[in-house]
Amino acid sequence: MASQVDKSVAKLTASAPEPLKQFMEQTKGKGGAVNVGETERWASVMGGGLLALYGLTRFKLSGFLLAALGADLVYRGATGHDVLYQQLGFNTAKGDGKIGIKKSVTIDKPLQEVYNFWRNFENLPSFMQHLEAVTVQDDKHSHWVAKAPLGTTVKWDAEITSERDNELIAWHSLPGSAITNIGAVRFMPAPDGRATVVTVNLQYIPPAGPIGAALAKLLGEEPAGQLTDDLRHLKQMLEAGEIPSTAGQPKGERIPV
Amino acid sequence: MKALVWHGKANVRVETVPDPTIINPHDAIIKVSMTAICGSDIHLYDALIPTLEPGDILGHEFMGEVVETGSEVTNLKKGDRVVVPFTIACGNCFFCSHDLFSLCDNTNPNAAIAEKFWGYSPAGLFGYSHMLGGYAGGQAEYVRVPFANVGPIKIPDGLKDEQVLFLSDVFPTGYMAAENCNIQPGDTVAIWGCGPVGQFAIVSAKMMGAGRIIAIDRFPERLALAEQSGAEILNYEHINVMETLREMTAGRGPDACIDATGMEAHGTTPDAVYDVVKQTLKLETDRPHVFREVIQACRKGGTVSLIGVYGGVLDKVPMGAAFNKGLTFRMGQTHMQRYLHPLLERIQNGELDPSFIISHRLKLDEAPHGYEIFRDKKENCTKVVMTP
Repeated sequence: MASQVDKSVAKLTASAPEPLKQFMEQTKGKGGAVNVGETERWASVMGGGLLALYGLTRFKLSGFLLAALGADLVYRGATGHDVLYQQLGFNTAKGDGKIGIKKSVTIDKPLQEVYNFWRNFENLPSFMQHLEAVTVQDDKHSHWVAKAPLGTTVKWDAEITSERDNELIAWHSLPGSAITNIGAVRFMPAPDGRATVVTVNLQYIPPAGPIGAALAKLLGEEPAGQLTDDLRHLKQMLEAGEIPSTAGQPKGERIPV
Repeated sequence: MKALVWHGKANVRVETVPDPTIINPHDAIIKVSMTAICGSDIHLYDALIPTLEPGDILGHEFMGEVVETGSEVTNLKKGDRVVVPFTIACGNCFFCSHDLFSLCDNTNPNAAIAEKFWGYSPAGLFGYSHMLGGYAGGQAEYVRVPFANVGPIKIPDGLKDEQVLFLSDVFPTGYMAAENCNIQPGDTVAIWGCGPVGQFAIVSAKMMGAGRIIAIDRFPERLALAEQSGAEILNYEHINVMETLREMTAGRGPDACIDATGMEAHGTTPDAVYDVVKQTLKLETDRPHVFREVIQACRKGGTVSLIGVYGGVLDKVPMGAAFNKGLTFRMGQTHMQRYLHPLLERIQNGELDPSFIISHRLKLDEAPHGYEIFRDKKENCTKVVMTP
């Protein structure tokens, strides 16, 4: 259905006058990140324009209101940016590919304390949601168990490849792991001189087949979002002494309205 | 226990729900002795705050007795009588250590949702939607209070619940609205909205040395309270606010203007009608009629202090006027923990008795009626307090 609409809009826009096409090209992206799809942009501009013209010819309060509403629609269509969409996290535009995962967090604690907490890998499951357990085997080696769908687990062994006290820990998974992964975490003093910046780089290569599919699900559709949450929980553990939660609190029956 | 549960627009019911339990080590459980309905609860009641869900327990103004504490709670013990501030703060993050408690980094379990709306997440609040934490509120017999070392303030014997309950929100909130005006001796401060927060803004502006306070509303009982506190009063249904303020200040305009109305402002001008239409059609989240008016009315180089709650994207805000007049904007949820002790002291000293705003004393069972009369200003309602 949608593709038919897209096709007919493509036909219509191809036959649009040249100045209008140029206008649509020049204004795109000028109001912030494009989050309105092409079809919706043209529909917005055309509909909004008509509404504005109709409103302006009525010379009344209600006409003024219609014109203002129309102008809003033209703006959103022309720029491809909808403020409400942005707030709600909607995006009807395409082509938002992500490569690799890198996230940082600022923690209001001394660098040494943050480093020591992380360096004891057995602490990691306390703030990394998908980790079940990490067992330290020796200075360089550890065994990792992650939660997978349907109550199963995924396991791998990791080796520290590089380490500088209070600065850097890098690791990779060992051959034979269910999931090949490489990671590094850096610790730096924050510009304010009292907090610590933690930056994590992760690369996953899930295998093909059913295990790979399960892992993809495990890592979430947005692994970057998962890492952001994990780092937020690390910050909460260290700064506030707990991860805030409402799990199990009282509520009334959730009858949909 | 009994609790006030939201089930949709203008649909709240008192129901039996499970008792709260300790979830985290810094939690305390409070047995509520008195609670109130806040003007900002009305935005929830009217379904204007996104991410509130049917089944949520409302209420962020409450006090009571500590009945249980988590393993890490060191400041409170069973039997303590406390007022609980509505902003939940960890006490340790960058923002808490800068006294910006309502911006705490660590108390919103749903920070990711708030970040989608606003870029960064403020603190968690009691009973104020899931994007602000989803914490069960205090219009109930019992409530779980997280980070109990940082929020609740112990109340000495000899003060009645009614005298101290408003330390939970509206007194500090009105106070911060006035403080944000940076009042100099003799300044003229104009305040839009004479609800509870507006009333405390009037009282506070006076404490800070304002020369003249002008209060704007349309309900006689609210204007009467404002007048008793020493404000000059204007009923916007009978006069042109802009023209009158200009005349009263001999052409200069008020030094500071406080918007104590927020997203559900009423008005009689065309822009107020435009807001009602757009909000009804869900094309606009907030009705910023008063915000527009304070910008227009404020003197050049003056301060606009916003304390009524805004949530979304505001239409037709006259930024040209704000920019070209060089205005200063101050705003935000109250940094409650900053004000609790100093304001409790003022109550103890007998400087003021905050219970003057109360018009209705109800039982928790009557909460649905309380919401209705407070929203619609029926029965001369200025403030509802409830006991379980």
